[in-house]
Amino acid sequence: MEFMKQYWAPLVCGLAIVAVLPLIVGYVVLVERKIMADMQARLGPMRVGPHGLLQPIADAVKLLIKEDIIPDDADKLVFWLAPVLSVGAALLAMAGLAIGPAFQIAQDINVGILFVVGVSAMGIFGIVLGGWASNSHYSLMGALRSSAQLVSYETAAGMALVCGLLFAGTLNVTSIVEAQRNQGIWFGLLAPVALFTYLVASIAETNRAPFDLPEAESELVAGYMTEFSGFRWSLYFLAEYTNMIVVASVATTLFLGGWLRPFSETRWLNFIDFFPPLLTAVIGVYCLMRTPKQPARVQQLFMLAVAGLCFAVAAVLASPVLVPIAKPSLAAAVRPFYAGIHGGFWFIFKVSAYIYFFMWLRFTLPRYRFDQLMRLGWHFLIPLSIINVLLIGIAMIVGVYYHLNGWRLLLATLPASIMALIIALFILALDQKGEAQKAPSRAPDSYA
Amino acid sequence: MADEPKEQQPSGVPAGDKPAGSSAPTSTPPAKAPAAAPPAAAPPKPAAPPPPKPPVQLQTPLNNELVGRVRAKFAAALLEAIEDRKQAILTVECGRLAEVAQYLRDEEKFDLLSDLTAVDWPRREKRFDVVLNLYSFAKNERLRVKARAGDGEQVPSVAGVWPTANWLEREAFDMFGIIFAGHPNLTRILLPDEWQGYPLRKDYDIIEQDTSWVKENLGIESGQ
Amino acid sequence: MASNTIAGTGEKQQTLLGADELILNMGPQHPSTHGVLRVKLKLDGERVIGSECLIGYLHRGVEKIAENRTYQQFAPYVDRMDYVAAVSNGLGYCEAVEKLLMVEAPPRARVIRTILTELQRIASHLLWLGTHALDIGALTPLFYCFREREEILKIFEKYCGARLTTHAFRIGGLQYEAHDTLEKDVERFCKAFEPRIKDYEDLLTQNRIWLGRTKGVGILQAADAIALGATGPVLRASGVKWDIRKAMPYAAYDQYKFEIPVGATGDTYDRYMVRMEEMRQSRLICLQAIENIPAGPIMAKVGKVLKPPPGEVYHSIEAPKGELGYYVISDGTVQPYRVRIRPPSFVNLQSFDHMVKGHLVADVVAIIGTLDIVLGEVDR
Repeated sequence: MEFMKQYWAPLVCGLAIVAVLPLIVGYVVLVERKIMADMQARLGPMRVGPHGLLQPIADAVKLLIKEDIIPDDADKLVFWLAPVLSVGAALLAMAGLAIGPAFQIAQDINVGILFVVGVSAMGIFGIVLGGWASNSHYSLMGALRSSAQLVSYETAAGMALVCGLLFAGTLNVTSIVEAQRNQGIWFGLLAPVALFTYLVASIAETNRAPFDLPEAESELVAGYMTEFSGFRWSLYFLAEYTNMIVVASVATTLFLGGWLRPFSETRWLNFIDFFPPLLTAVIGVYCLMRTPKQPARVQQLFMLAVAGLCFAVAAVLASPVLVPIAKPSLAAAVRPFYAGIHGGFWFIFKVSAYIYFFMWLRFTLPRYRFDQLMRLGWHFLIPLSIINVLLIGIAMIVGVYYHLNGWRLLLATLPASIMALIIALFILALDQKGEAQKAPSRAPDSYA
Repeated sequence: MADEPKEQQPSGVPAGDKPAGSSAPTSTPPAKAPAAAPPAAAPPKPAAPPPPKPPVQLQTPLNNELVGRVRAKFAAALLEAIEDRKQAILTVECGRLAEVAQYLRDEEKFDLLSDLTAVDWPRREKRFDVVLNLYSFAKNERLRVKARAGDGEQVPSVAGVWPTANWLEREAFDMFGIIFAGHPNLTRILLPDEWQGYPLRKDYDIIEQDTSWVKENLGIESGQ
Repeated sequence: MASNTIAGTGEKQQTLLGADELILNMGPQHPSTHGVLRVKLKLDGERVIGSECLIGYLHRGVEKIAENRTYQQFAPYVDRMDYVAAVSNGLGYCEAVEKLLMVEAPPRARVIRTILTELQRIASHLLWLGTHALDIGALTPLFYCFREREEILKIFEKYCGARLTTHAFRIGGLQYEAHDTLEKDVERFCKAFEPRIKDYEDLLTQNRIWLGRTKGVGILQAADAIALGATGPVLRASGVKWDIRKAMPYAAYDQYKFEIPVGATGDTYDRYMVRMEEMRQSRLICLQAIENIPAGPIMAKVGKVLKPPPGEVYHSIEAPKGELGYYVISDGTVQPYRVRIRPPSFVNLQSFDHMVKGHLVADVVAIIGTLDIVLGEVDR
């Protein structure tokens, strides 16, 4: 009973996340398809529900009722376990993240970031075991390639995180965001190179383009996911998108100010608080405008419902801002609501921006070949991130010595970042020259 | 020269006799006199009488510098040199095809083998014509080289001269059954390896093939 | 297990030295082989040490069919060979038979043929660009290219009623008079097309990843290219400046000014640049052509029944894929004695083995794409 009283909130949150996350991920997939379509001059899913809004539900139902095919000689236990490991690791990592000052399932882990990074690294097991369990030479090769890629970029990602942690001074997720609030500047601005490194490394971590060779359809060696069908495949898929959300959340927490509003401590910029409700209200108005254009009655009602939802959310977002203005006496009471609700909005906004950037890259850039991918990781990103840590560390010492904090710390860290970038580019140039010399020069054959 | 037209007219019906039916512009009423020179019987005449344009003899003997040089070098191997519709055609002896090819590539600069194929003239004694279409970049000139081969006779492969010929000869083998001696890998290329017969031969009847396959594999009469 | 996956079965072979050689089968059903092409790769780890192309999955016996059809009846068949660029195939065939008949299509027909063929060249290259970029991982250019291709196919549909297998030309000229908006449509397309090519180039040409995937991949040097019989953009990218439209002009090409893009190293990147530039040049030809389409008849005086005088002719044109040759032998009857089609993709595909040796498995797909093969043409 004692146990229950203390842990009921996290338990409920956890169950809610596990239940709701697949739906959210499904809609992230829909959003990706719509963005892909937009960048490709077409419309994307439009048929299933108005503007394709019911597509994820259709896909989920389809995947659930598919036949579960297990290869004959596959190792049954491992075949069952592999996707579970992937999904489990991803969902467990979600537990350590804080969406707002109060929204956290695993409350106050003092090694928060380490926990998240460590647990999401366990997802690599799921990949390797999946390739193993398929009992196919090529699936195994694809899985090993994928895991090699993940492991290589793990180091660079970790180093980049260390940069941010140097500023924060703590691994506790909530405290990191508090540190950014105290400093008045996001750590991503203080260490842009670290943000950039983490961005690139996290794309490789989640097997997204341009680093998605192990799972691309047009490649020869089929990836680790080949032999999994139906629900098992959807677990892998779920794991991939959850991983995306996890790395986006880690980046947001550490580099982009977590749930803080931009310029959170500047009083005169408080009008930014109106941005969230305005945004949702505008979306609601857009839905209202599109309602008469829907072809069928049912779709019109659906659009109206979506518009209504947007307006409701806008109202919820607006109230903590408007109430203190209308009735100053309630300001203190409303404060935690403000922090929680607006905090949640800003966090989701930043995570969405980060994920949008992922998608944008996916549809714009071609794929790296595997050796080029590994070379980029080992010969560029890892030196860059290590040098960056060293130089940022030095910059921090300088900052302490000269009592620089907040924005003034930029004076020390910006030169450090630029120097790190220059050194790393120099290393890259050297490496490319070496590679060009090694390239086989083809003399005309005996054909001539 | 007289042989050529006879072999190309298996039906034995001269083109010049048909003008009434067909309205091909080239078959104007027989002004056969100039073209009727060949001492052989009139009927198998190659060229139609001159068209309304400046009189052009189709399939006329060719005797330019190139022919001169080739003749000088290969004398007996060069069986015939004609020009058909302004395209030069040399016919060489089958056994020396590779030599002639080498010469043409190296000395005459015909470095591109555009096409290598075969034609089946079943009524002829040497039924196959292996036809090479060559092109010279330097001279911007095309040349056609033909070699006659009988059924079962081996034709020297020119794959050593132009590697292009590798697949082209495989296709000729696949479709006609011509064996190219010295080819690195003479196997079927377009048809499955176990295919029997050579489709582009004139005695390969598609309907017959179809009926026999259907009877064999489906056990019914083909509806063709 | 793996036999029904894309990779197929891998058989290990012991070579004399005891090193393991892996044979990897790719196709015939594979997302990236552009048709039913089967490639057997001999791998040493990740490197390709040998390859073998197995074709014939789309062999339909077109040359045998030709011997049983009249000249006009055979014309729609040629569209189905290189189905991506049907108009070019038709042009080659009609011109070859016209040579056999010794007639010339009237000037108006020649100019309209040129316009449609150049539009078809642009359409073919657009499809190549989209699929090649897709194979290398860029998902977006495909849709942009198809958007442009759609405009061209609309013009074809207005002209002859079909988008893909057009049978646009007839022996002796054209059957259909140019529809009244042809010039306007072509002009509108060409004007809109220039910034679009720039779009594609912005996405790919200076892109580090694209450069990394295409520079130095699949090098074919000029001497090898000529020896292997490669023609078209493959040959030009290797440095040989040869285009049949300039060397032996046909249709109305001698009236127009255009450049022939030539590459330097003969790698995949050069072939990409050559084809991009060719699209630009085709656009210029179209613009020049529509300025002055001569009036006059569109069909030469050939009768309904075509009986060319006995003889033979070899006529080739610069199809988008390379030198498309027709060797037609007539025996004086209404049916050709032999029609031989020299397919550019067939001969270009021969150089695949040479180009792929020493590269990684991931480059195989790029090299197949850069050859721009259409299996309908390879197999006929």
